[in-house]
Amino acid sequence: MRNSWAVAAFVLLLAIVPTMSFSGYHLFQVTMVAVYAVAILGMAILVGFNGQISLGHGAFYAIGAYTTAILMSTWDVPYWLTLPFSAVICAGFGFLIGLPALRLAGHYLALTTFALAVAVPQILKHKWFEDYTGGVQGLVIDKPDAPFGLKLSSDQWLYLFTIAVAVVMYVLAWNLVRGRIGRAMKAIRDHATAAEAMGINLAMVKTRTFAVSAMYTGIAGSMGAIAVAFVAPDSFSVFLSITLFVGLCAGGAASIGGTIVGALFIEFVPNLADQVSKAAPGAVYGVILIAMLFLMPTGAGGFLAGLWRKAIGSREGTAGGPRPAVLGHEANRGIDLTRPLARADGLPVGGRERAEP
Amino acid sequence: MEGLIHQIISGIATGGIYASVSLALVMIYQSTHHINFAQGEMATFSTYIALTFINFGMPYWAAFFLAVVVSFCIGVVIERILIRPMINAPILSNVGVFVGLLLIINSLSGWFFDYTIKQFPSPFPDRALFGGYISGHQLGSTGVTLAVLTAVYLFFRHTSLGLAMRAAALNPVSSRLVGVRVGWMLALGWGLAAAIGSVAGCMVAPVVFLDPNMMAGILLYAFAGALLGGIDSPLGAVLGGFAVGIIENLGGAYIVGTELKLTLALVIIVSVLTVRPSGLMGRTVQSRV
Repeated sequence: MRNSWAVAAFVLLLAIVPTMSFSGYHLFQVTMVAVYAVAILGMAILVGFNGQISLGHGAFYAIGAYTTAILMSTWDVPYWLTLPFSAVICAGFGFLIGLPALRLAGHYLALTTFALAVAVPQILKHKWFEDYTGGVQGLVIDKPDAPFGLKLSSDQWLYLFTIAVAVVMYVLAWNLVRGRIGRAMKAIRDHATAAEAMGINLAMVKTRTFAVSAMYTGIAGSMGAIAVAFVAPDSFSVFLSITLFVGLCAGGAASIGGTIVGALFIEFVPNLADQVSKAAPGAVYGVILIAMLFLMPTGAGGFLAGLWRKAIGSREGTAGGPRPAVLGHEANRGIDLTRPLARADGLPVGGRERAEP
Repeated sequence: MEGLIHQIISGIATGGIYASVSLALVMIYQSTHHINFAQGEMATFSTYIALTFINFGMPYWAAFFLAVVVSFCIGVVIERILIRPMINAPILSNVGVFVGLLLIINSLSGWFFDYTIKQFPSPFPDRALFGGYISGHQLGSTGVTLAVLTAVYLFFRHTSLGLAMRAAALNPVSSRLVGVRVGWMLALGWGLAAAIGSVAGCMVAPVVFLDPNMMAGILLYAFAGALLGGIDSPLGAVLGGFAVGIIENLGGAYIVGTELKLTLALVIIVSVLTVRPSGLMGRTVQSRV
């Protein structure tokens, strides 16, 4: 990677500057940006790179958050050790929900996951789990202190911890999407039948993508629970799922960098809009979401990537490497199978005429 | 046994509401293959409009019909402005537009009419009928729902405009060739869906009280009803809506308790979509690659 030093320097800057200069509340806000970024990254893997639309990722966020809260309050598990547990549990749930999702596509999957998001608070409140979940009251957990005698406040330590986990998650996601499995995911999104014909196991890739995606959002939920130090059913209403979806669309569904823009968007825009009126955040979300879909269908990430390509292209005179896939109007129509495709060896593909003697 | 009959009858009464919303969803699905996530919020907004007219001192039925007409116009305008340009966009963009619409209408309801829970008057007498089996409002709202469903059926079956709308939904290209203005037919479909939704909103508001999130749960049941009956079959959706109303009431009373009623809707949706995706009365669609 050519830019690896620049990326490392950027990450270091990202870790040091807010820790040193931000006050408690602002530090909490940037911590939540990192949390939302990981959650939206999970959605991007599923929606943007695999084409399975989910409106219910708030459910996985909630499962992650509750896993951490229950482990910490009932079994006194240290906070960092709860992340692997919630990763495994959320991946399991994601896999299970991915199974019926195999039979659903497009709008139906959006509908089913939407129903899941609406139903989640009721399930969390239910009396069967009340001993563990605390029912309507929720659970209060302790904020962790900095270990090894470091002279950091718990907010500062929490920020560094969250950033560290987020960076690891981003590196993993970057490699996943660029690799063989990532190409299979994108192939399924662009044309499922063609992907199957190429030998991709649709069921396996789709269910496992669902599991990975749920795992990401679940880990984000765990970190969010630790940062907020509190979980309650009503924090995980359908509005959380919709918020994550708005962040995804604002950042660009098939853009890894765009997820950070989306996270900044959903953390800071409501704060600004709240000063106008209580109803304003929803309206601003809605208006910006629709405006983005009309004007910038690839999201902020796709838009910036396009600008970047243009800048590089004009300087070097080439297209500048492989084009990142975008979930725009053109990209999602799929391959036109009625037109012969060029094969690597230059022969036309599937010519019926050639079968004649 | 008496309890069971009581549960079934009140299930039919709420089922009528679900059936109306299901029908509204199916009307939009049939013409454009979109699932309107904002249907519930649109109905809530219409109910607020009716309440505003009533507070101005209008008689109930005048306010009701005026609200239905206003909702129809809002539906047409939404289709023209937001949905029309997105007709060939990818599914993610479509879902995004509907979610955006949901957020905007929900906030507007809260902004204009504030978030406090309001009472909504019922035009029907508030007493039990037929030996206590059914309340006046339940009977009246079921009657109104059935009247609306019959009117919609007659409109589509026996008027030339209804025929044109069915043609536009079934085969847009051929319809355009024989002179049907397909774009306007889709807009009319949206208007009708909004109008039917507003009737459902006005009928359910006296029972569940009016607040900006009133229809969230109802929309979920309507989805379940539409899917159970078959999302491309209006008759199926109506029957599915009634069936879900009865299942919800019986399930809530005897099996899962009231706290998990929404989960019951989720279970219905998932099981219908996995076991029989076309629903009980829908057509199985095979798509060519």
